[in-house]
Amino acid sequence: MRDGYGSMVHWKSKRNTFGGFVLRDETKIGMHAGVMDVLSLSRLQFALTAGFHYLYPPLSIGLGVGLVVIEGLWLKTGRPIYHQMARFWTKVFALTFAIGVATGIVLEFEFGTNWATYSRYVGDVFGSALAAEGIFAFFLESGFLAVLLFGWDKVSRGMHFFATCMVCLGAHFSAVWIVVANSWQQTPAGYMIEQTALGPRAVITDFWAMVFNPSSMERLSHVVCGAWQAGAFLIISVSAFYLLRRKHEEFAKASMKVGLGAAVVASILQIVTGHQSALGVIRNQPVKMAAFEGHYETGELPIYAFGWVDEASETVRGLAVPRAVSRTMLGKAGSTAKGLREFPPEDRPRVNLTFQFYHLMVGVGMALMAVALAGSFLCWRGALSRSRWLLWIMVFSVLGPQIANQTGWFAAEMGRQPWVVYGLLRTSDGLSAVVKADAVLTSLILFTLVYLLLFAVFVHLLNEKIRHGPDPSDMKPGGKLASGGRADL
Amino acid sequence: MNFPDWLDLNLVWFVLVGVLFTGYALLDGFDLGVGALHLFTRTDPHRRLMLNSIGPVWDGNEVWLVTGGGALFAAFPVVYATVFSGFYLALILLLVALIFRAVAIEFRSKQPMAWWRRMWDVGFAAGSVLSSFLLGVAMGNIAWGMPLDERGEFAGTFLGLLHPYALLVGVTAVALFMMHGAIYVVMKTEGDLQAQARQWVRPTMIFFILCYAVTTMATLLYAPHMAARMRANPWLFTIALANVLAIANIPREIHHGRDFRAFLSSGCAMIALMMLFGLGLFPNLVPSNPDPIRSLTAYNASSSPKTLGIMLTIAIIGVPAVLAYTVSIYWIFRGKVKLDRMSY
Repeated sequence: MRDGYGSMVHWKSKRNTFGGFVLRDETKIGMHAGVMDVLSLSRLQFALTAGFHYLYPPLSIGLGVGLVVIEGLWLKTGRPIYHQMARFWTKVFALTFAIGVATGIVLEFEFGTNWATYSRYVGDVFGSALAAEGIFAFFLESGFLAVLLFGWDKVSRGMHFFATCMVCLGAHFSAVWIVVANSWQQTPAGYMIEQTALGPRAVITDFWAMVFNPSSMERLSHVVCGAWQAGAFLIISVSAFYLLRRKHEEFAKASMKVGLGAAVVASILQIVTGHQSALGVIRNQPVKMAAFEGHYETGELPIYAFGWVDEASETVRGLAVPRAVSRTMLGKAGSTAKGLREFPPEDRPRVNLTFQFYHLMVGVGMALMAVALAGSFLCWRGALSRSRWLLWIMVFSVLGPQIANQTGWFAAEMGRQPWVVYGLLRTSDGLSAVVKADAVLTSLILFTLVYLLLFAVFVHLLNEKIRHGPDPSDMKPGGKLASGGRADL
Repeated sequence: MNFPDWLDLNLVWFVLVGVLFTGYALLDGFDLGVGALHLFTRTDPHRRLMLNSIGPVWDGNEVWLVTGGGALFAAFPVVYATVFSGFYLALILLLVALIFRAVAIEFRSKQPMAWWRRMWDVGFAAGSVLSSFLLGVAMGNIAWGMPLDERGEFAGTFLGLLHPYALLVGVTAVALFMMHGAIYVVMKTEGDLQAQARQWVRPTMIFFILCYAVTTMATLLYAPHMAARMRANPWLFTIALANVLAIANIPREIHHGRDFRAFLSSGCAMIALMMLFGLGLFPNLVPSNPDPIRSLTAYNASSSPKTLGIMLTIAIIGVPAVLAYTVSIYWIFRGKVKLDRMSY
């Protein structure tokens, strides 16, 4: 919590510059005075609620693509196995979707409850992206989800496939708007600062410049590929488990092919989008990239495979890739990258932690690509079912995208600190003025308990579904789907 | 899109935010009502029918709240920030209640054990009642007015939000949603459960009418500013009259077995209530009590005209599509609910 306290001290010295905003001293809890202040607690709560929420939407987005592919294959070939697969994966999808919705609403409300000053500051810009998300994404997703889940026997095959596509599209739209909003916080554009009676605020001047701010498209593509990986490796993991147990083999082989196909595409694209994002960070947020690589002295940016940053002595011990490689990858941008020493200490993020999260993400991303490529090669040679070592790796590979998605966001958000809106508004200045530490501690404990329960139940139910396996009766579609006839819609 | 100068965008967004929250009350209102009535059924098949009557739609209904919150954030960020940080603990409780409601629906029927199902039944009912109550308390506080300081920040306490008037509106909201939910269950079920649900309509209606009468008197006596516009414009009493007629029509339709029309009447009553609330409030969004000069209004707490215009463009493109597929989905799932292997 060192940086939390540090920023607060810094903020106090600047209190007159921000609209006379007064944080009371009693906002610190007595017994933890100086450690667990409102800022630390609110950040911890946001990290917990956002991190927990973000276990689920990537699965919905990734499985959504999987469902479109599987149902498309069923429509095209008519093979019953694809119908069984669609039914099984729909049930898994429903489980992830329900928790995603239930935990997502918390985040939307939390901007107002815990970060009221931030909300007043960014509402004019951020709010329109959030409203667009509601209108274009959430309604689409939740509306057609009803048909996807409960409409199997009520509508025609074509209509059902259309609903599946719309749910998938809605899930992707929701990623678009929230990543646009977050990217605006990283690289603000299309706005101006206006003074009001209640303090300064950002006001939109150019909607499209806000939407296509310098980092939004590269970050969006990176996030979406990460979500595809989450879905693909869940399918791979379950299929590998069945192959190891020699259960539901026809189902497992067909699912594995879909999963591997998606994983190869997503993992390769992920390297490309990751590279683009890194170049963007060098360009747009040099201090963040300097923290990613523990780069203190301006000059040629190293690329570490792993390492440890000693923040006291400002040195990195670790393994860097050869200069020739990093030079080729980063080109001109990397040769004169700004070092952390160019920025005053109060404007720097926590270096080592950011470094570790970033490198964990990159390392896991590389490993996932290796698993996807090795699996596809063996699958093509027809040797996958015999390669038990790889199947075991695949069973656990489901954790890979989750770890990479979480650490990637941690690196992106921690690397932006101490700013909540990069260069404009400090995180410590974004808090709710009226919310005290004891209230945040109460809600933090409440969310922790509720989320632990939810997570336990989710894992239990997912495990049950996997153990139960695909339903043999799903080899025959029922209702209107059987005839492939038109619904009376 | 460019809008003409005479168009009062602040007024438009006051109305649109109101429409979104009204949509939420109309739609998730019956989900919450079904939840509040859930424990009055005894057998497992009946409870599953209750859950599945809202199964395909509750999720989309909750989106109205999410979008309403998003629209409030975007159109009136100052109101969003003040109210949400001021209602901190109440909102956290609302979130937890909504989470329990949501996951209880999803989890309940996934395991056969009686204790498991009972646990989630209680979670579903308690989450629904608590959500309805807290939404009502929030409305009660808005109608009553909130203590605001000179920077538009909430200057009260959590316990201060639980004054008798707010609690009364909270109970009224529970009663209203229970009535709405009972009529919905009558409409969506058949046989024993429908007969039982028919029995619920009368007591929930009486409960609601009593609460409504007391709330109306309390409003006229203690929050007269909510009726000021009506006093100035007597023709607005037609809305109050329509409200009463809509409520009076419910038992008539139920008696004749026209369940859908009873449901529509209940919906009309809710729309009229929200219109009265909005008319009483405008131009305020958060009336300051005791110091009216500090009130947050549709004009001093809004986003810039440019943002309001951009959002109106988004709404004009998005809302017709939303309405079209919402209607089609209700059409696909029309008729009596039946349990099948995809059911909860």
